[in-house]
Amino acid sequence: MSQNCLTFNDLTLGYHSHPAVHHLTGAVRAGSLTAVIGANGSGKSTLMKGIVGILKPLAGAIERDPASRIAYLPQQSELDKSFPARVTDLVSLGLWPRRGLLGRHTAEDRASVDKALSGVGLEGFGNRTIDTLSGGQMQRALFARVLVQDADLILLDEPFNAIDSRTVTDLVALIKRWHGEKRTILVVVHDLELVREHFPEALLLARQPVAWGDTSKVLAPGNLLRARQFHEAWDENAPWCAPQSDHHHGDHDHHDHARHHKGAA
Amino acid sequence: MGTVHDFLFAPFIDFGFMQRALFGALLLCLSSCPMGVFLMLRRMSLTGDAMAHAILPGAAVGFLFYGLQIVPMTIGGLIAGVVVALGAGAVSRLTIQKEDASMAAFYLISLALGVLIVSIRGSNVDLMHVLFGTVLALNNDALTLIALICGITLVLLAIFWRALVAECMDPLFLRSVSRLGTPVHFVFLGLVVLNLVGGFQALGTLLSVGLMMLPAAAARFWCSRVGTMCLVATAIGMAASVVGLLLSYHLSLPSGPAIILSAGVAYLLSMIFGTRGVVQDRMRRYRHRTA
Repeated sequence: MSQNCLTFNDLTLGYHSHPAVHHLTGAVRAGSLTAVIGANGSGKSTLMKGIVGILKPLAGAIERDPASRIAYLPQQSELDKSFPARVTDLVSLGLWPRRGLLGRHTAEDRASVDKALSGVGLEGFGNRTIDTLSGGQMQRALFARVLVQDADLILLDEPFNAIDSRTVTDLVALIKRWHGEKRTILVVVHDLELVREHFPEALLLARQPVAWGDTSKVLAPGNLLRARQFHEAWDENAPWCAPQSDHHHGDHDHHDHARHHKGAA
Repeated sequence: MGTVHDFLFAPFIDFGFMQRALFGALLLCLSSCPMGVFLMLRRMSLTGDAMAHAILPGAAVGFLFYGLQIVPMTIGGLIAGVVVALGAGAVSRLTIQKEDASMAAFYLISLALGVLIVSIRGSNVDLMHVLFGTVLALNNDALTLIALICGITLVLLAIFWRALVAECMDPLFLRSVSRLGTPVHFVFLGLVVLNLVGGFQALGTLLSVGLMMLPAAAARFWCSRVGTMCLVATAIGMAASVVGLLLSYHLSLPSGPAIILSAGVAYLLSMIFGTRGVVQDRMRRYRHRTA
């Protein structure tokens, strides 16, 4: 278990009892760098929300080492750019896991915030108000916050959307640095070239997991074709997904549940 | 110098009721102005208004049984306010309905109930008392109550400051690192109710919101950080209280509206002349730096 940072046991996540991630089983190795890919509506963001715990599973379970620290950069940030705060204040939010509600921010903490800012190429931006940042600068600042969070598990949901190539290069370099520091990283990416070039592992979703493992194998034409052939729309009359042999989820050995949608390809 | 003294200080030195009014209003500013800043930053500026209406039936029930007395009316108002705040908050967090809609529904029900109850027993004059307050008639009980509310607010604000800022700035982030988001929201709503109930004695249910929101809205034109914004809002609120009381004394105006109108003038001036106000904004538009 210690090798795995995250384990999915026949996980189903969704909304209004319609699955968005359907029967996902498998494990994310500690220290791995995985690209989560798939068409729009294939369940990538939903999976991220499930891992963070914002969305509760409809069925199955996610196991995560409770001691592990998690950093999550959502696709649609609920960040209020008009809030009267400086860039430093935004990045300092990342100190929360370390200092919590009442812990004092020490000189060391402030130094780590400054270091994170220069780490993402935002030296001298500390005193700017957040409403003056461009899209790319904001994304850099949010990466700086992830840096400050010093997390074991990092979830980035489409971090390269509407970001220019230079910034993407910088941010990918940062992700690789985290990878070198043995952090576990899951990144939702659309650009398959980027995935081929920089991500050793990939998980291809089309509501069901289509393939999971070595990037070169996952991105095989056959898999991509299969991933494209899924129906994004919900079917209101779809039959209820039959439970596997039992209604009382829980203490059964989860290998019994492992079904034909086995994660690893 | 004599006239200045007569105008500015004599009313407060010579008259106990003026001292009490000043003391009560200043205490109220200390706690309710920062509340107003957070309400504004959370785009809940009108929620204060709604909550103030929501307090009415509780206060009215107290009034119905005990007449115009502070303790029963306060307790009643507190209960009604908390019920509405929790109800509206819970509906928005548990269902698809957003908080503005659920708040509107709850406060309208509450307000109708309140007016109904007051009209069963009281005359219109009594209703005016409930609605527009009696800052010049603050007794010791009322002052103690306001001081208590002020203390509780400041302590809780200090404890939950970081969470409140995080919840305003980036609620999804707070949810990803902590479970405090929802509790903080309810603590905050509770404090808003508490401050409105405190203000309701001094300024009445309708105008207590003014002392909460107007200084906060004015402070927005001067500051770019939330901490300073709270301080500036409090200062503006206090200044408005002093000016309002003096005006009401010298010109025989009703005190509550005088205070709120003073704050209103501060708001208009800030909007025009503030560092982030209209004039500065215009000036800046025609000048720019090279980088």
